[in-house]
Amino acid sequence: MEKLTIGGHEFSSRLFVGTGKFSSNAIMSDAIAASGSQMVTVALKRIDTDNREDDMLRHILRPGVQLLPNTSGVRNAEEAILAAQLAREAFETDFIKLEIHPDPKYLLPDPVETLKATEALAKMGFIVLPYIQADPVLCKRLEEAGTSAVMPLGAPIGTNKGIVVKDMLEIIIAESRVPVVIDAGLGAPSHAAEGMEMGADAVLVNTAIAVTGDPTAMARAFAKAVEAGREAYEAGLGGKSDMAVASSPLTSFLS
Amino acid sequence: MFSEELKAYNWEETTARIMSMTEADVRRALTRRHLEPEDFMALVSPAAASHLEEMAVLSRHYTQERFGKTISMYIPMYITNSCTNSCVYCGFNRNNTIERVVLTMPQIEDECKAIRNLAPFENLLLVTGENPRVAGVDYLEEALRTCRPYFNNLSMEVMPLKSEDYARLTKSGLNGVVCFQETYHREKYKTYHPAGMKSNFEWRLNGYDRMGQAGLHKIGMGVLIGLEDWRTDVTMMAVHLRYLRKNYWRTRFSVNFPRMRPAAGGYQPNTVMSDRELAQLTFAFRIFDHDVDISYSTREYPDFRDNMTTLGITSMSAGSKTDPGGYHTYPRSLEQFAVSDERSPEEVASAIRDAGYEPVWKDWDKIFD
Repeated sequence: MEKLTIGGHEFSSRLFVGTGKFSSNAIMSDAIAASGSQMVTVALKRIDTDNREDDMLRHILRPGVQLLPNTSGVRNAEEAILAAQLAREAFETDFIKLEIHPDPKYLLPDPVETLKATEALAKMGFIVLPYIQADPVLCKRLEEAGTSAVMPLGAPIGTNKGIVVKDMLEIIIAESRVPVVIDAGLGAPSHAAEGMEMGADAVLVNTAIAVTGDPTAMARAFAKAVEAGREAYEAGLGGKSDMAVASSPLTSFLS
Repeated sequence: MFSEELKAYNWEETTARIMSMTEADVRRALTRRHLEPEDFMALVSPAAASHLEEMAVLSRHYTQERFGKTISMYIPMYITNSCTNSCVYCGFNRNNTIERVVLTMPQIEDECKAIRNLAPFENLLLVTGENPRVAGVDYLEEALRTCRPYFNNLSMEVMPLKSEDYARLTKSGLNGVVCFQETYHREKYKTYHPAGMKSNFEWRLNGYDRMGQAGLHKIGMGVLIGLEDWRTDVTMMAVHLRYLRKNYWRTRFSVNFPRMRPAAGGYQPNTVMSDRELAQLTFAFRIFDHDVDISYSTREYPDFRDNMTTLGITSMSAGSKTDPGGYHTYPRSLEQFAVSDERSPEEVASAIRDAGYEPVWKDWDKIFD
């Protein structure tokens, strides 16, 4: 499997995991280990940044894992930039997962504020990974603004519906100059495999692992699915055809 | 810049990869909706020659999906044949003893009027030789301003310029630029273009980046079929197109792959491409890139153009004169190349209508520029 590079850092696992919604920090810790993930996102708002012995953080940090602090909870670019600066100081990393969802119901990202914040943070040297709608034009605008990756959603966050915006994601993957990480909505390992088969560079899974009866087993299952999907993509998939060949040839004039 | 990207593609290796493509590779390429350069190689390979009918079906499908049943009409206007280059295959080669002409502004205006009397063309392609001393950016700017009142869409086939010069011409109404790389074979390129500015491969190759940076609405690319192995050349053009799309995503693109025609100087093509192969290439490009404009000029014969109308091409020229002043000022002087389709614009338009397609004269408005 090819390695994934984001912001100059290499990752051999293409499964990113989230740390919200677990029933305990111990269970979360086992699940992270089982997932083999090297990129783990954590909400700044969940961590007591003044306490180096913060229990949640202690259960996340481990060798070989890049912490990806996220700005969940902010409502606009200004707040996001402040949160990112705080995260950089607290966690000593330039990585930032930009999440600006002013709407508390569906947690849908605000494209205007996200673009503004990406531009500012990239200039400040952050490795920005913005959570966005599966909007191909927005992805190009974010590239121009200096983003290090894009994280379009597969379906609304927490819905477990899988890839419901397939056509848009296909366009994003085809046109992107930066890694594409499908974030949100993936509810089953098959969804993750589908995303990887499509050519996504990575997927991020949280709810589907955290809220199952056996998070460790589910994390393992997702890891296998991501690997299988990626391998299939690299091997080159056979396609399906829905096009019939006309009975009266279009090309008889050439013979 | 693309010259860096191209280094990843060794000419001989690419040729070998194309030639080793199998039936299975072709079948896989035909079932994907988003194709990679690897798939394009399969579609232009000899292995795809037996899949022409399937390719035609797909090519027509994608073309109709994006362009409908229309063909955009354009006409070229040669404004000068003065040239400091010595491209071995070109009638305007500085070593050819032909009469050199640089049209004056009143003459250009006469040409505009003559074209408008010919047919309701709105898409004008200005064509020049490369001689910055007598037809530099100032001259081109003036020419654009002269043509502006007569046409809604002005594009120009012109030597590679600096980014700021493209930007400057945009302000005078330039919408698109067409430039032919001719061949992507770095070493052989120099043997075809031994002298003049055009002998600089990288300056030409990176010209497309400069066009993108200048924010042109449309960029036209092309290789000249008859120089090097066409399969390898068009593959590199496909890679180049993909690169440009990713970097200059607001721009529209067109591709051209003219087959070399007889011209003054009597240069003979190194390779000859059959109609079957040109059809295969056209289908392959459409299947690879659903949105690219594919243009057939009057270099192609009427029968072939008519048969291909519904199978993937999206724009056609008609009634073209390939000599400066050919519409009014100097009828029947020396051409850049001999045209094969000498029908009038109305005859071509009516052939398009007979195929069930609409010839579209105006598809842009100058207020967008």
